[in-house]
Amino acid sequence: MFEQLAEKIQRTLKFIRGEGKITEKNIAEALKMLRLAFLEADVNYKVVKEFEARVKARALDQEVMMSLTPAQHFIKIVRDELTEILGGEAKPLTFAGHPPSVFMLVGLQGSGKTTTSGKLARYVKGLGRNPLLVSFDLKRLAAQDQLRIISKSLNLPFYGMTAEKMKNPAEALKELMTFTRNRGYDPLIVDTAGRLHIDEELMEELRLVREILEPTEVIYVGDAMTGQDAVRSAQAFEEKIGLTSIILTKLDGDARGGAALSIVYVTHKPIKFIGVGEKFDKLEVFHPDRMASRILGMGDILSLIEKAEQEADLKEAEEIARKIKKQQFTLEDFRKQLQQLKKMGSLSGLLDLLPKAGPFKKMGNLDVDDKKLVYFEAIINSMTPAERENPRIIDGRRRARIARGSGRPIQEVNQLLKQFFEMEKMLKKSDFQKLMKNI
Amino acid sequence: MFDKLKQKLSKTREIFSRMEQLFQSSRPREELLEELYELLILADVGVSTTDRIISGLRDRARKTGSADLKALLKQELVNLLSSQPAAVNETWPAVWMLVGVNGGGKTTSAAKLAYRYQSQGKKVMLAAADTFRAAAQEQLQLWGKKLNLPVVQGQSGADPASVVYDAIQSFKARNYDLLLVDTAGRLHTYSNLMAELEKIKRVISREIAGAPQEILLVLDSTIGQNAIVQAREFNRFSGITGIFLTKLDGTARGGSVLAVTDELHLPVKFMGIGESEKDLLEFSAESFVEALLS
Ligand SMILES: Nc1nc2c(ncn2[C@@H]2O[C@H](COP(=O)(O)OP(=O)(O)OP(=O)(O)O)[C@@H](O)[C@H]2O)c(=O)[nH]1
Ligand SMILES: Nc1nc2c(ncn2[C@@H]2O[C@H](COP(=O)(O)OP(=O)(O)OP(=O)(O)O)[C@@H](O)[C@H]2O)c(=O)[nH]1
Ligand SMILES: [Mg+2]
Ligand SMILES: [Mg+2]
Repeated sequence: MFEQLAEKIQRTLKFIRGEGKITEKNIAEALKMLRLAFLEADVNYKVVKEFEARVKARALDQEVMMSLTPAQHFIKIVRDELTEILGGEAKPLTFAGHPPSVFMLVGLQGSGKTTTSGKLARYVKGLGRNPLLVSFDLKRLAAQDQLRIISKSLNLPFYGMTAEKMKNPAEALKELMTFTRNRGYDPLIVDTAGRLHIDEELMEELRLVREILEPTEVIYVGDAMTGQDAVRSAQAFEEKIGLTSIILTKLDGDARGGAALSIVYVTHKPIKFIGVGEKFDKLEVFHPDRMASRILGMGDILSLIEKAEQEADLKEAEEIARKIKKQQFTLEDFRKQLQQLKKMGSLSGLLDLLPKAGPFKKMGNLDVDDKKLVYFEAIINSMTPAERENPRIIDGRRRARIARGSGRPIQEVNQLLKQFFEMEKMLKKSDFQKLMKNI
Repeated sequence: MFDKLKQKLSKTREIFSRMEQLFQSSRPREELLEELYELLILADVGVSTTDRIISGLRDRARKTGSADLKALLKQELVNLLSSQPAAVNETWPAVWMLVGVNGGGKTTSAAKLAYRYQSQGKKVMLAAADTFRAAAQEQLQLWGKKLNLPVVQGQSGADPASVVYDAIQSFKARNYDLLLVDTAGRLHTYSNLMAELEKIKRVISREIAGAPQEILLVLDSTIGQNAIVQAREFNRFSGITGIFLTKLDGTARGGSVLAVTDELHLPVKFMGIGESEKDLLEFSAESFVEALLS
């Protein structure tokens, strides 16, 4: 999946690059490919079309047309627009000025409301809050048990709701609020039964609960795997109930999550968190830029390319890429790369840009320390050209000499060589090779 | 039966009523095809399957000279969906498994199947092989109580294969007809969880020759293109005999099954159209497509 899409966008890129300058015709071609990528990511068709129109308008802007690097410009526009729609900065939860705050979770059946209630409770507890959990789901079998068990496992208080109490909903809700206030709980986290947005009766019920509880957050819990229908359900919840924010669940799978774009596009509400697992610590703050990359299917590889092209000597970079492909990467190349990396800023920052999935997953485990890179460069500088070409000839005696020459301890020389051999191994992995082909 | 499906689905016919309109207008063929393309995409059929369907439609329209694109498309979709026999394996005694990603409707669908076959006079038993999710056991237990059926469950956190083993012993000892195994929801990207599924299946086949007779992938009709990967991966690990398409009472079209059928040749066998045990329909390509286009 990942390789496939990266490949497609890369082809688009190359296409524009080949033309030298952006024209209306090749923009249309690039947009077509982009559309395909979006549709495969499940972005709603209508949203895709509107998005295209926005990108096109900006891409045909004079400045871009005249740009010497139109491909980068085009991609930058796409990413900027995408990130902007997805909400720019990550937004925090809203708490009430006068406690208790009430967070209400709503959504379709099985989207993850009950699990997310538990995750949110755990999260706000970590912020030093004192949450209380309650579920208004008296419909699905064992729905109350589910939240009770979750609360217990998190060691958090649970308020049992019963059908009996709910015979008089206004009374039951008042009692609940009094209980919450008197015990000093904040926030009250309200799980609700899953429902279809076209079920007028259940939607009306939810609207009434919202009116009485006046929640500070009405959170739409949506499944990241949702397809084209995402716009319809989210929009209906927004129109009939009124939402304040969104949590997208099940992003630990391999769905590209185009629903994120669709939902935000039609509700204009921010995604605040994402669910990345069934366990209760699997809740993460939402990052629009990462989501944009995921939808595009390629991590932040584009900004990496962009950065590399801007700051580094392009020819040199291409030469290194060529060698990586042919697996002829030597310590001399490593040294050149280190020099370039210095130009580009900190390596850790760069590694952060790489996608966290796919072939780069293991990169995260590599020990990266910017200071060390300076030492590494010094060590390589103390090697002979022959040693740089073929580090396997570096025996104990040579190691001692290099250590002396560079003024670094011999352990560091050993570490550099070890790391280089590791890297060599990694570069031979087929998925990495596949990826390099597209760059 | 068709009426019930139609009634449930008709609430949300907006897309396909548009289709009706456009069929009736007499615009150029390419323009019509373009709109059909959009409609299929919006139904989650996916780009490649939609492309294939539309180009097939174009060819046929050309060959037959027919202007009735609706009839042609209907035929095209029915053909696609019936390329695999969808007959349910109703030999008894039988063990059936329900598998799929989280929250798709496995437990509810197990209850629906239990109710269906119980109504036909079969002795049905349930096995709660979800020992992971909070109150998953309780959920199935309550279904058993509601339908008056025995449920075999294990301790929370127990090895699901051992729960299934226990269930099979009881199933054999009591001479029941159908054992429905409700498994925990899992994303296909977790290989350890997929291996667990494989193990459950192995235990079943070892204990009863020829079982499990049906391994149904429960697919949520709101899911988009990920449905294809799900089907592929679940099929690879546990072998799928058919699809149980749920939540068709919403506004989602469930068109991703067309892509699944197209690519993986897996038949759809059942449809879920609500949350009650009665909200089950046996799949029929004609009625599905009919309801889709009506
Ligand atoms: N992998 C994964 N599973 C999740 C995530 N969030 C929820 N789930 C699972 O999704 C399934 C449904 O979650 P629930 O919390 O019961 O969903 P719900 O919206 O409360 O469901 P209803 O109350 O029936 O409408 C369960 O199996 C959860 O464990 C997530 O972020 N990742
Ligand atoms: N509207 C509608 N809701 C359904 C249908 N099938 C299941 N549901 C609902 O979807 C939610 C999840 O159903 P479950 O049966 O618990 O799903 P599951 O796959 O067992 O979930 P996990 O075990 O947590 O993975 C529940 O609220 C069900 O009532 C259907 O056909 N239509
Ligand atoms: Mg729930
Ligand atoms: Mg279940």
